[in-house]
Amino acid sequence: MEFQGYRRPDGKVGVRNHVLVIPSVVCSQGAAEMISRNMKGVVYLPNVFGCAQVGEDRAQTKRTLVGFGLNPNVFSILVVGNGCENLPAKEIAEAIAPSKKRVEYIEIQEVGGTKKTAAKGKKILREMLADAAQLQRQPIPVSELIFATECGGSDYTSGLGSNPSLGACSDLIIEDGGTVILSETTELIGAEHLLAKRARTPEIGKQVLDLIAWWEKEAIATGQDIRGANPAPGNIAGGITTIEEKSLGCIYKGGTKTLEEVVKYAFPPTKKGLVLMDTPGHDIDQLTGMMAGGSQIAVFTTGRGTPTGSPIAPVIKISANAETYKKMKDNIDINVSAVVQGKETVKEAGKRIFDEVIAVASGKLSKAEKLGQRDFCIFKIGINF
Amino acid sequence: MAARSKAVVINEKDNVATAVTPMKTGSTVSLEVQGRAEKIKLLSDIPMGHKFALRGIDQGADVIKYGEPIGRTTAAIAKGEHVHVHNVVSHRGRKEGA
Repeated sequence: MEFQGYRRPDGKVGVRNHVLVIPSVVCSQGAAEMISRNMKGVVYLPNVFGCAQVGEDRAQTKRTLVGFGLNPNVFSILVVGNGCENLPAKEIAEAIAPSKKRVEYIEIQEVGGTKKTAAKGKKILREMLADAAQLQRQPIPVSELIFATECGGSDYTSGLGSNPSLGACSDLIIEDGGTVILSETTELIGAEHLLAKRARTPEIGKQVLDLIAWWEKEAIATGQDIRGANPAPGNIAGGITTIEEKSLGCIYKGGTKTLEEVVKYAFPPTKKGLVLMDTPGHDIDQLTGMMAGGSQIAVFTTGRGTPTGSPIAPVIKISANAETYKKMKDNIDINVSAVVQGKETVKEAGKRIFDEVIAVASGKLSKAEKLGQRDFCIFKIGINF
Repeated sequence: MAARSKAVVINEKDNVATAVTPMKTGSTVSLEVQGRAEKIKLLSDIPMGHKFALRGIDQGADVIKYGEPIGRTTAAIAKGEHVHVHNVVSHRGRKEGA
């Protein structure tokens, strides 16, 4: 199967052609927003970090911001810094440069204030937009897709309908040679043995078990009961009793194929097929991690309903809860409630989702894109000093 | 897929079913359990999406859904009774005995 995509100078393929503005630090977020205002085709990242961070915490913020620049849905990049932050704009731009995409950086302190920075930035963006408009879509095999899977606002219909249906779509993508990312490690608790059994090697299986053991230890070390956070109150109202129940319903979405690799947060997969990315259960943290890892498109299942979208990638939302779909039609793209009602098979629904993925990858707008929903949140692993 | 009842049993090892429509105390639900047609009288109101016991489950025993344990009971649960956070705790992500 093929879709219509954009080939990048480094050979990777995008499904969108964005010009991206990255504030390297929270202090330049306002300028980044001002630069991007009224510029059709430009998106900016609402980054709230980028200073007073050290070690792994700083590295993770940098890797995530750089990963968004490297993502093949992005045509060109303007990095906006303030000038004194400990994650300088120049460092981010230099890390994106090997992609051979045009990347520029400007700093507010050097240019002389926000207004001048906005004017200078807009001039650069206009050039980038003119170049972006020249690029045409071309036929691309599905094997070039890194497909992100996610579930949020789960209820009983997630495990019965939408996640198994998404799993059938994940299997189709892998059968076509593509890559599928499964994430949200905390929501594998209680189901990790099933995933570990499907690992390509015993080492990969052990990585899965070790990850879950780490997260569970962290949860217990807080002295709190993670049931306050996961399952969330909405999950419980929807009929989900425990994290194990949520997890068992959750892993369906990755499909049934062999697990080929485990990658850390915001790292790109190096294998085709099913890949596990270590992320929190937090919806936007994990979506951001998968996009920073190079995913071009996501399918997100929801029972209770959620508006989630990404600044640079389409997020197709599906629900097997007929009531939720009816109530939140402007947010949810596909209704698979017929699966729960026994009127459609999981396989049929999976094919329907797959067809929509191809259409959206080829340019059809997802509902979150139509609404301009651009959620961005980096998984923070340290304190700010 | 066969015509569905008002509740679904996902795996034949399961000792709970999931209601796909809200049901009242005292009503009877027909469903297929391990290939046999069964009728279960509900001892509680079951909101949509919530679970009820397919058979009696002892205190401290595993609750099975998707063919896997999803937690253990904190009280004995009778056949047809609501199974949720009031009588089940997770095995995971919390201190033992908490």
